[in-house]
Amino acid sequence: MRARVGVVVFPGSNCERDCVKSLSQLGAETELVWHDDPVLPEVDIVVLPGGFAHGDYLRTGALARFSPIMQAVTDHAERGGLVLGVCNGFQVLCEAGLLPGALHKNKGLKFMCKWTELRVDNAATPFTSRASTGSVLKIPINHFEGNWYCDPETLQGMRERDQIVLRYVDNPNGALDDAAGIVNENGNVFGLMPHPERACDELLGSEDGIVLLGSAIDHVLKTTPARV
Amino acid sequence: MTLREGLHRGLGLTDDELQAIIERLGRDPSYTELAMFSVMWSEHCSYKSSRSHLASLPTEGPHILVGPGEGAGIIEVAPGVSVAWKIESHNHPSFVEPFNGAATGVGGIVRDILSMGARPIALMDPLRFGHLDDARTRYLVDGVVHGISSYGNSIGVPTVGGELVFEECYEENPLVNVACLGLVDGRLMSGRADVAGHSVVLFGSATGRDGIGGASVLASAEFDEHSHEKRPSVQVGDPLTEKLLIEASLELIRDDLVAGFQDLGAGGLSCPTAEMAAKSHMGMDLDLDRVHLREADMEPFEVMISESQERMLAVVEPGNVGAVLEICGKWGLEASAVGEVTSSGNIHVRLNGATVAEVPAESLADEGPLYDRPRRRPDWLDALQARAPGDDSRGDLEKAFLEVLGSPSVASKRWAWEQYDHMLFLGTVQGPGGDAAVLRLPGTDTAVAVTTDGPGRFCFLDPYEGAKLAVAEAARNVACVGARPVAITNCLNFGSPERPEVMWQFAEVVRGIRDACEALATPVTGGNVSFYNETQGRAIYPTPVIGMLGVLESAGGSVGLAFGSAGDALVLLGETRDDDFGGSEYAKVVNHTVAGRPPVLDLEAELRLQGVLIEAATRGLVRSSHDLSSGGLAITLAESALAGRIGFALRERGGQDHRWLFSESPSRAIVTCSGAALDEVLSLASDVGLPASTIGEVGGDALDFAVFALPLELATRTFEDALPSRLSATMA
Repeated sequence: MRARVGVVVFPGSNCERDCVKSLSQLGAETELVWHDDPVLPEVDIVVLPGGFAHGDYLRTGALARFSPIMQAVTDHAERGGLVLGVCNGFQVLCEAGLLPGALHKNKGLKFMCKWTELRVDNAATPFTSRASTGSVLKIPINHFEGNWYCDPETLQGMRERDQIVLRYVDNPNGALDDAAGIVNENGNVFGLMPHPERACDELLGSEDGIVLLGSAIDHVLKTTPARV
Repeated sequence: MTLREGLHRGLGLTDDELQAIIERLGRDPSYTELAMFSVMWSEHCSYKSSRSHLASLPTEGPHILVGPGEGAGIIEVAPGVSVAWKIESHNHPSFVEPFNGAATGVGGIVRDILSMGARPIALMDPLRFGHLDDARTRYLVDGVVHGISSYGNSIGVPTVGGELVFEECYEENPLVNVACLGLVDGRLMSGRADVAGHSVVLFGSATGRDGIGGASVLASAEFDEHSHEKRPSVQVGDPLTEKLLIEASLELIRDDLVAGFQDLGAGGLSCPTAEMAAKSHMGMDLDLDRVHLREADMEPFEVMISESQERMLAVVEPGNVGAVLEICGKWGLEASAVGEVTSSGNIHVRLNGATVAEVPAESLADEGPLYDRPRRRPDWLDALQARAPGDDSRGDLEKAFLEVLGSPSVASKRWAWEQYDHMLFLGTVQGPGGDAAVLRLPGTDTAVAVTTDGPGRFCFLDPYEGAKLAVAEAARNVACVGARPVAITNCLNFGSPERPEVMWQFAEVVRGIRDACEALATPVTGGNVSFYNETQGRAIYPTPVIGMLGVLESAGGSVGLAFGSAGDALVLLGETRDDDFGGSEYAKVVNHTVAGRPPVLDLEAELRLQGVLIEAATRGLVRSSHDLSSGGLAITLAESALAGRIGFALRERGGQDHRWLFSESPSRAIVTCSGAALDEVLSLASDVGLPASTIGEVGGDALDFAVFALPLELATRTFEDALPSRLSATMA
């Protein structure tokens, strides 16, 4: 059996092919899903890829959350299905209320494309099971609005529940609590600013992204009854 | 309609050019026709001063599928794998409005690549500015880099390299060149309109009043103190629409719905209609009522020459128009059939059924003026070349080294390239900061290397030799990563062609490019000429920017500039001459001198060096490879050490120390290799008579030049902080 992954394409998304390539390389069955479609195909994992949905002309993700596909993505998440938002996809998930907090501009007020080191602070999620807590992953970032924040009460609750799954070793963008990647309370919706799909090939500098993408695939294979 | 006296001059046409138009038409042109001629006969669109010279460039080779004359050159890099490669300039708009000028420069070159049916996969941005002490220069640098970052990142095309050079001569005329690489995916497109009755579909952004006269008013005239008044001629970019335009265009081509394809850039709608019709010896009827406009009351001349961005023109079989409109609609793009191909040979433009222009397509596209402008060797050149090149020693070598390492043109450009997405498409094997970017082409195992070079100071001192040095360095950079150089695209940035000295520089540069490209077997696949880069009579250095494309045997086999392991041998390849200081970084930074003659280039020696570099990389013998250019041996060693975060120690002192360390003799490189590979590397060199010597080894945490040494940490700070610290004054 292979995990089935739907990668949503908004007008202005640009990392969808990279996500497809890296996930396929890990054995997943992938397909692109157009944002205007109100129904998801039969998939186990939904990926909202990086890019500039609707140009990010308003707040990042603020228009994409109204795309017809987002209701289906929300339903999928409520049924316990895995949802992964990378970069712009993370921003969309926050705007859609599937993840807490919001992302504003980097503290240096510049776009940043660079390698970062991320510490795995919770290895007990569907997206991090291949890692051990405290291990460090080398994965690049590529964003202008990656500075995550939320109100103090939310943060406290998230810390108690270990929802801040990945933290920057050397915080590049000013994110609260060094947060690079967070999960929802159920642990099935994961948003992160770094791009795991860009770190699945030693030739490009790192294979650490496989830890995250591979964990999600493992989770599906472990928890889904065999399909014929 | 009678024309107002002198109207044509305001549009940038001379009295003689107006006369030629009247003779060609046998009548006075209408206002709309005059506007169309003014953009199509502008220097920017017609190459009227440069065409006769460019004809001498070599343009053919075994890998060249399409040479100059289309949207971009097409090069076959592996059996069945072809790329599009082209460079453009957006110098004038970027000086007037840096953010949008640079952004729309990116947009323009991307559409050139797209017009060939290729997916744009990488950008490079060679930039030149004045001195960073100047507040306006800092504003321009920040705005241009932000514009590239904002637009390039948004449209989803990674920026994998470029240049950032600072020189006083660019203060009032920054150079914003941009190169784009595309991957041909399926059928190659061409700007043709072969069949009468085919529909002409315009899609993308609505047409507005932005960018009226960009080609004629901005790009084809020098600046004066009123330049800021030209701001309305700069277009405003909409990267989302450009991104959608890329996806929609590639889908139209994939579904085989398009018979002819061209982008709208300089000259607006006039350009692709005239050029496509002329190329096919056909005509086109256009109905301006069907053009989707941003504002209702636009004049026909405005519609015909507006340079609103993010638009493409497709020639489509009538039966396919519905499918084309549907795909554009899916991507949220406005599209309309605005006319049809005819056999009349005329571009016939109507508004409300009435003719507003009717002129032969060929008169617009092919019959523009051709000038053999007077050329004169500048009378100041002999005296300049006779002056001492600025090779004096200043005593304190470490101080001189740090000055050169920290000079903005040499120092780390991380500040700029970290603002660019340089990783999209999972192909960036080597990104910015090296000799050349190495890209694995999506969906293939083929890898190419791309780089740009344009040594303005060398070309100022001797345009012929300088141009040869530009081509040689670009090829050498590509060879360093292990790629075989195969083709160039060039962006020729000059002052006013109406000045004989500038025209002489231009002719000499073209001659130099020709000779170097012939010797190195790298034909010219196209490019761009940007004249009038002068303000109040002060011209820039003649600056040919060479975009070199190379091909690697395998993506995994590329070599970087970073030193690898302690104990690796440092091998200097090539011959160092003590007096190659004219136009050097040392002369400029330490002795504040730009004089003498540029370094002497021997193209045969260059070929031998490149052959050894490529062979050594292909056989996997070398751990690092880096050519010697700005700042000479000292800077090359430092850059490799900083990139690898490991020091080195030289074991010999060389001749006169500062000469050995800072001379910029071309055709040299530093390679490092393990002790086991050393003999093979040395014999590769000796087999072809290339001088090679082991000058030290990698290791430790110091840059040990034998005559002085300093901690890696200090050099890193100097190299990395130079740009951010100077630019941070912008925020104050």
